[in-house]
Amino acid sequence: MSNIKDYLLHDFFVTGEPMIYMADVSIVLVTIAIVVVLTYFKKWKWLWKDWLTTVDHKKIGIMYILAALAMLFRGGIDALLMRVQLSAPNLHFLDAQHYNEIFTTHGTIMILFMAMPFLIGLINVAMPLQIGARDVAFPYLNAISFWLFFVGAMLFNLSFVIGGSPDAGWTSYTPLAEKSLDPGVGENYYLLGLQLAGIGTLASGVNFAVTIIKMRAPGMTLMRMPMFTWSTLITSIIIVFAFPVLTVALAMLTIDRVFGGHFFTATAGGEPMMWANLFWIWGHPEVYIVILPAFGIFSDIISTFSGKKLFGYNVMVYSMVAISVLSFLVWVHHFFTMGSGAAVNSVFGISTMAISIPTGVKIFNWLLTMYRSRIKFTVANLWSLAFIPNFVIGGITGVMLAVAAADYQYHNSYFLIAHFHNVLIAGTVFSCFAGLTYWWPKMFGHVLNERLGKWTFWIFVIGYNICFLPQYWLGFMGMTRRTYTYASGLGWMPLNVISTVGGFLMGIGFIIMVYNIYYSARYGERDTTGDPWDGRTLEWATTSPAAEYNFATVPEVEDIDAFYDMKKKNKVKEWLNKPIKDIHMPNNSGRPIIMAGFFFVAGFGLTFEWIWLAIAGLVGVFITMVLRSFEIDNGHHIHKEEVERTEREAGRIS
Amino acid sequence: MKRIKTSFKLVALSVVFLLLLTGCDVPVLQPQGPVGEQQYHLILWSLVLMFIVIAAVFILFGVIVFKYRASRKRTDNYEPEQEGNKKLEFIWTIIPIIIVLLLAIPMTITTVNLEKNPSPEKKPYVVYVTSAQWKWIFGYPEDGVESVNVLHIPSDRPVKFLMTSEGAMNSFWIPALGGQKYTMNNMSSTLYLEADHPGKYLGKAANFNGKYFAHMNFNVISQKQSDFDQWVKQVKTHSPALTMSEYNKLIKPSVVDVKTYSSYPKQLDTKLENMMSMEHMTMKNSGDMDSDMSGMKGDESHE
Amino acid sequence: MSQSNSLNQHTPLEYSTEDGRLKIFGFWVFLGAEIILFSCLFASYMVYLHRTAGGPTPDDLYDVKEFMIETFLLLTSSFTCGLGTHELRRQNKMGVIIWFIITLILGLGFVGMEIHEFVDYVGEGAKLTTSAFLTSFFTLVGTHGCHVSLGILWIIGILIQTARTGINAVTARKLFIVGLYWHFLDVVWVFIFTVVYLTGMVL
Repeated sequence: MSNIKDYLLHDFFVTGEPMIYMADVSIVLVTIAIVVVLTYFKKWKWLWKDWLTTVDHKKIGIMYILAALAMLFRGGIDALLMRVQLSAPNLHFLDAQHYNEIFTTHGTIMILFMAMPFLIGLINVAMPLQIGARDVAFPYLNAISFWLFFVGAMLFNLSFVIGGSPDAGWTSYTPLAEKSLDPGVGENYYLLGLQLAGIGTLASGVNFAVTIIKMRAPGMTLMRMPMFTWSTLITSIIIVFAFPVLTVALAMLTIDRVFGGHFFTATAGGEPMMWANLFWIWGHPEVYIVILPAFGIFSDIISTFSGKKLFGYNVMVYSMVAISVLSFLVWVHHFFTMGSGAAVNSVFGISTMAISIPTGVKIFNWLLTMYRSRIKFTVANLWSLAFIPNFVIGGITGVMLAVAAADYQYHNSYFLIAHFHNVLIAGTVFSCFAGLTYWWPKMFGHVLNERLGKWTFWIFVIGYNICFLPQYWLGFMGMTRRTYTYASGLGWMPLNVISTVGGFLMGIGFIIMVYNIYYSARYGERDTTGDPWDGRTLEWATTSPAAEYNFATVPEVEDIDAFYDMKKKNKVKEWLNKPIKDIHMPNNSGRPIIMAGFFFVAGFGLTFEWIWLAIAGLVGVFITMVLRSFEIDNGHHIHKEEVERTEREAGRIS
Repeated sequence: MKRIKTSFKLVALSVVFLLLLTGCDVPVLQPQGPVGEQQYHLILWSLVLMFIVIAAVFILFGVIVFKYRASRKRTDNYEPEQEGNKKLEFIWTIIPIIIVLLLAIPMTITTVNLEKNPSPEKKPYVVYVTSAQWKWIFGYPEDGVESVNVLHIPSDRPVKFLMTSEGAMNSFWIPALGGQKYTMNNMSSTLYLEADHPGKYLGKAANFNGKYFAHMNFNVISQKQSDFDQWVKQVKTHSPALTMSEYNKLIKPSVVDVKTYSSYPKQLDTKLENMMSMEHMTMKNSGDMDSDMSGMKGDESHE
Repeated sequence: MSQSNSLNQHTPLEYSTEDGRLKIFGFWVFLGAEIILFSCLFASYMVYLHRTAGGPTPDDLYDVKEFMIETFLLLTSSFTCGLGTHELRRQNKMGVIIWFIITLILGLGFVGMEIHEFVDYVGEGAKLTTSAFLTSFFTLVGTHGCHVSLGILWIIGILIQTARTGINAVTARKLFIVGLYWHFLDVVWVFIFTVVYLTGMVL
């Protein structure tokens, strides 16, 4: 008995850290609060029927975004803790171990559980509407994707309070991440959390690719698709080809850690550097998985708020294709310093620089989209405009890093840190905020408050520059990444203090944004037209929020910017008054969340190396799959009378 | 070409100005040896090119965003149907290609050069580098001594570092002398650096290798050959010998102080030599300076 | 979303509905991902081929007779699976069931032999934990074996459905997709046969 108690107190639950006790308490309190609120307002059934079992792409998208915002909060707290720790030399705000865990979870969460799900959420919300489809190709699979991501994220976050967090960096380089040097369950959490979420992402990639290739509205040729849809298609293809590599790499390291394999060990013929190669063969395309949809969002928003066609549509498409191909050919630039020889380094240096060519073309096309236009400075557009100069700084320093011989001096320094935050925040995060503001009315039927949005924008963007620009200089001063403290007398403190101030400004910006969400829900302007921005693409052709079936009748497309074209030719009324037919829709299902629950059990079992539990979980997964296969599910029809009633209530037909 | 040189100088000047402004050591931009200098020139050159790009984009951005704001007075310059311009798009495809070429060529040259002895007329001094959790172990095979967490090198003479790691990998970096390279378990890597003058520089571990990674800094003490020999002599007479059991204790995870040893066990040499057999074979086979190309072949072990 | 199930003379049954077309295309895309997955495993195997760490080498382990029989079983099963799909096109329920059952038996034989092979290796002291070479060997061949085993369970499930509901747009689509999967595994085996076993015997 005392053995069990001993185990629970020393190995199972993380103990001895006030911050973690606080987390324990807050987790329990929040859970109780949620249960109480749901019970009090009798919302359990609503939650289950309308959300947890939904296969509607719009609701799944919203759940992705909510989860991503929660993860942004967690990752942001991690970041602020790190910034506080670094604001003065030899601080003991965090100890070494704690700091190492926090930078690991910060990186992993921000890339895999924040940036990607945020974008996948926006894709879910907007892409099917943009192509005039009723849903994605496989709505049931879409729900599985979401729940797999969700349980992956939860499993990863559980490490904070149970068992201990991973502490080998988000890159998890071997042999450091091997069992001999990093015992405990932390790294296992990393491996299994990412594995589950990764499988979900792979399924999303297949789903989106098939949706876009097969389910576009009549007349929407590939070269008439909105740019965001294009970017989604290319991203999906990258996902399909890159994510299996991550799956394999994670599985290999899991085999090493849990079953005693020797892929990446320093003994018995293992090759630690294989991990770095596999990781970055996935990892670099991953960077483009989170940046290409951002490009798509900016393209749509800039064009909309400039009231002008996107400049050089074809070239925009070709450049994205070029970027996607090149993204698979540059992974060695993450370890020029491994010493692969001058020839290899030069080739990969040049291929990396080559990415700047299509990217530069895109930048100029965005600029020229605004040439002779009418730029409206709405919040969504402000984020998009700020993206251009800020992303250029990140891109430029990326080219500097690509210069192999010079990279020897930047590698693993704060120069690198500043660079990738510059591209990932100015690219991905700005695009998420821009897309959130832009599509908010489409999701919830009201616009976000512009005034508060501008406050968020200015505070966040200024804070972001204050935070990261000094870090380039810190890199030149020799400050390396992942260092939990530094000696005094190096002169690093002033810039670190500035950087910390910037970090907190970003935090304040985020809080205002959250307040804005609350404020706008209560007092925000309702969008009754479905087209609050004078939009150009089809998602604005339907109501806000869009009805379950998206479009009462499928629109016909005659040009790029289909809805703008329809408005220009005065065809909207004609389209709305087309005869309405019964609409076939997929059924909701509780099985995806249950299946994901079993996946969670399996993942948790493998994390703790309780093989029996892992097997039990996998058997559960298998049974849910068999049940699905034997289920006869032909979906249901929304009758035309009902559709007509809905459309009439929205004032779209008389 | 002249214009490029002028702008080069301009950037260099503004960089120096910034240096003065902060009043601190910025070792990457104040190189103390030929290797760091080559990289410094490359960094400056890339900065110049990149400033041109930034200037172009920022000016264009500022002008366009201001001039075409929706609230402007003039409204006759609004062309919503404009679709693109082949000529313009061609131009801004070509210009980045040229910039990439302007960068790629010096990059390739420097990358190749960095694999070689920076001062081919001088015989490099060899130092063995081993990273462990969380300390640096330096062996001086020519003098038979060993030091921990402090690196002594002769100034004005190239140093050839033959590097490996016990356990987790790391990266050996002396910002003032030049760029880094990984140290890896069961593998060897080669790095040339050279300090022009006697001095004390900051040495860094650049690749995270566990809990007390942050404590893996070391001082690099560059001395005139005579002072260096003096140091070796002193270590030989005053420091204890490094035994195998002491070494095995040393490579266990721990944070330790600066240490010196008057000698080290032969086994260590053999261990390193086996791992670095490629380099050694080339070194023994040719007495001429070409041998210093061996660094390029040193990494076949991890193909 | 779905169109009528009306039969067009030229469209195979599995392609007759929107749902069927989407799922078949989606499965092709998924197979693309599977190709990448196996490519990584093959690449790793090649890297680790000579890293035997003093343990058994490919030469010590592979038994020509054994892997030739395995290959024969799986290749034949791919053929019978193809015949099953052929019967599917003719909408001959009994033919489909018979050929797929033969496929199943051959597949089971393959998996049985592979398990036997693995058990033998472990008995000879060639375990997953012995060396990097063996870790990669067991992972590559084992992943393929797991795929085949899953395929067997999958075919069983679909055969039960076919027996119950006959051949219709849904079962036709399922049979067709599982056929694709089976052929894909067969192709992967051809690569394993060449890269692992033949190369192991020669090098």
